[in-house]
Amino acid sequence: MTDAASPTPDASFHSSEQAVARLGKRRAAEWRLKLYGMIAIGVAALALVALLWNIAARTMNAATEHYIAVEAQIEPGEDDFLRVVKKSARAAFPYVSGRSGKRELYGLFSDGAADDMRRAQEAGTLETGDAVPMRFLMSDTADLYLRGEFGVLETGATTGPLAITPEGKDYRLESGSDAFAQALGQAKTGLVREAATLRRQAARQGAGITTLEERLPGLTGPEREDTLAQIARFGAERDRLEGQASALDALITGDRQVRLALTDRMASFLVAVNGGILKLTEVSAGTALARPLVPMDGENAAPEGAWSLRILDRPEIGRPVKDRQVAILETLQSDGRIEEVANWKFFSLSDSTQPEIAGIKGALIGSLWTMLVTFCLAFPIGVMAAIYLEEFAPRNRFTDFIEVNINNLAAVPSIVFGLLGLAVFLNFFGVPRSSPLAGGLVLALMTLPTVIIAARAAIRAVPPSIRWAAMGIGASRTQTVFHHVLPLAMPGILTGTIIGMAQALGETAPLLMIGMVAFITAVPEGITDSATVLPVQVFNWANASERAFDMRTAAAIAVLLAFLVVMNAVAIILRKRFERRW
Amino acid sequence: MKSRNILAIAALAAFSATAAGARDEIRIVGSSTVFPFSTAVAEQFGKKTDFATPVVEATGSGGGLKLFCSGVGAEHPDIANSSRRMKKKEFDLCQSNGVTDIIEVKIGFDGIVIGNAIDSPAYDLTRQDIYKALATEVTQYGRTTENAFGNWSEVNPSLPAQPIEVLGPPPTSGTRDAFEELAMQAGARDAGLDKAAAKKVTVRSDGAYIEAGENDNLIVSKLEADPAKLGVFGFSFLDQNADRIKGAKVEGVEPTFDNIASGDYPVSRDLWFYVKKAHIGVIPGIAEYMTEFLDEDAIGEDGYAVEKGLIPLEEDELEQFQSAVTDLTVMTGEEELH
Repeated sequence: MTDAASPTPDASFHSSEQAVARLGKRRAAEWRLKLYGMIAIGVAALALVALLWNIAARTMNAATEHYIAVEAQIEPGEDDFLRVVKKSARAAFPYVSGRSGKRELYGLFSDGAADDMRRAQEAGTLETGDAVPMRFLMSDTADLYLRGEFGVLETGATTGPLAITPEGKDYRLESGSDAFAQALGQAKTGLVREAATLRRQAARQGAGITTLEERLPGLTGPEREDTLAQIARFGAERDRLEGQASALDALITGDRQVRLALTDRMASFLVAVNGGILKLTEVSAGTALARPLVPMDGENAAPEGAWSLRILDRPEIGRPVKDRQVAILETLQSDGRIEEVANWKFFSLSDSTQPEIAGIKGALIGSLWTMLVTFCLAFPIGVMAAIYLEEFAPRNRFTDFIEVNINNLAAVPSIVFGLLGLAVFLNFFGVPRSSPLAGGLVLALMTLPTVIIAARAAIRAVPPSIRWAAMGIGASRTQTVFHHVLPLAMPGILTGTIIGMAQALGETAPLLMIGMVAFITAVPEGITDSATVLPVQVFNWANASERAFDMRTAAAIAVLLAFLVVMNAVAIILRKRFERRW
Repeated sequence: MKSRNILAIAALAAFSATAAGARDEIRIVGSSTVFPFSTAVAEQFGKKTDFATPVVEATGSGGGLKLFCSGVGAEHPDIANSSRRMKKKEFDLCQSNGVTDIIEVKIGFDGIVIGNAIDSPAYDLTRQDIYKALATEVTQYGRTTENAFGNWSEVNPSLPAQPIEVLGPPPTSGTRDAFEELAMQAGARDAGLDKAAAKKVTVRSDGAYIEAGENDNLIVSKLEADPAKLGVFGFSFLDQNADRIKGAKVEGVEPTFDNIASGDYPVSRDLWFYVKKAHIGVIPGIAEYMTEFLDEDAIGEDGYAVEKGLIPLEEDELEQFQSAVTDLTVMTGEEELH
């Protein structure tokens, strides 16, 4: 508004230089306000997009799972399917031998493969025979490897033919080109790094000696003796470390033909040739010693282009999937024996300690039961309380006191309700621990104030004329409330209830006390069975040490959000049905 | 009216509460360190047998034993996991609440690792270094002063010249208890304090020790993001994240599976579980669950619990506890409890 107090609104008041400047300032202020608003919305939208993107991207990984096609030997009436998995794995990869080799082989398969067979047997659909074509679920770590979690195999540059000569169990590979130069470089870099580390450690010992010698003149008695002993220890350690470093230097700068070992702390170099995969263990310029991981068809020399060098940058020591497993997985993949299928099991299985067979069903049903109990208690009690307080209760100190308390209750931290639930429902009334009933009771207490406050506001918002009209034609107060006021207040009441329920759906703190934060694999069949809820499932998986639970945590969050959206949608539909205008 | 129906459902829900009586699944409470092993066993037990899968809650060792010792009956848990041995106080509490016959079973070890990001300098610590770096007050040669060390190289000149910043669990955690006892108090003893004085050693609160919550995954990602910091966490997290973090040597010993199993790595603790004998035969499956836990398939060298990061018992000790489980040997009160 312009200045209303101006006595003489002559033309110059609006067109003078000051007026133009004033107007410009006010417009700029308005423009700035709009800009701030847009920035605020932009920041909020950005945060939401980042959150959803983060969850969606990780959920996508959990949307599929990998299977390995194998032929299984299943006897009628088989009862140990874990053994079947191991036997089939051995039969499919007969060349894997030794204890650690077999462990690595079994490590590719999940226990879920045995579960699948057990379920098929129970359903009567399990085929038996010596070579039943089956698909076995892959283990979590192998699955993560295929998703590139531990680095991706890259192809190195190779030219010229490759000569292969057996040397004991290993093979000597010779290539005229500089094919192994990269590996040799890697080995040297490894040694240089190691020498540098040793030198750094030696230097620290040296620094220690200097520091202690500076301190020495001021010391007496046992402290001096201890310090002298420590100086001697540091000196010996420094000499030992420097000796080691010099020995490594000699290796690096020495004879060009020196053979350097590739350790598990360096990148892995695999050679794919003649249908097999060999791993380089020792290199020198032009030749290398290699251990077969997947055996070759023959030992013929390979012409240029018929062999390839594959490099995995991540050192073997730093990944749960070892080189042998990588070789087997690569072979399986090029044979087309790995299938990627949609992970519907996520919705039909419950919690597990193995990520690849962990599902959300138990928690989802648990949340449903808990929310049902919460709604059935909080909604009617809350609405009744609101109706009484708004329509019937006399205005006095007592009702004021109740109102203040309800408002305060809405601000009480949720963990307090958990403690209350433990003391009252569990210990006094004997409600079963971990049950949706106990959870629902506690969450209903937590939701009640929100429902009451929202319902009171909604009832108060119904115009008094509606009440007067109803009473004017002879309706009783009860009839007025239930026939006229409540239906009109319903949209507002539902909105408030949904806000309260949404809060309750995401709550874990009060459930901690009543034992719902637990590992429970059974799907609850009623409100007195043990159960857990969605946010607890998110919490438990986020705490697990297995990396594959990471994407399942994201998937569980996505399910929780979907649950919330469905709940809100139902409320909106109901609200639209009840909505009236006057 | 619609609201009348809803009211009826609510009333029904409230009444069904009283129908709760005996239960058919085992209830386990206790340590969050034992939780992953206990749940793995529970899951296998549920799959292999016709019994219901036990319900496992991670309440922490102290909280679990308190629940366990609160009485006999279906409303109290059957088994308590613990990342330390039961205390004398807890044993007495059990006795006074009628929990007289308790079967004590040791299941293995857990290593506590002090680690940092994989590309950061390697640390070679002694327990005395840890004590000097992290105690509120440091005693050297009989002089007690407030801890003024800011850099690792001040604590021990052969350590990297990096500020002392250690991420670790909060006081409610069993890992923190064990870290204080096995690393700091032992270090204080090495520095010449007597037993009573060493017991009083506390972790400094001036920002050098940063409480990072109970979630070890969080500590691992924070270490990755900040290479200058060290972190305190369980061995299984080092095992699972060997590509991102590495463990510091303690007393010259690297935190590896073999070193912890052999007892060479000094910061390791025993893991236990306790069973109420009075519940065996009342709650179905308890004896079978114990047998499954001590089976070679579970906590033997190649067992599935061992793959989760549990460090197994030596052969003869395993046999000793296997027979304790089959004979249902109960605690006498003569054990060396603290």
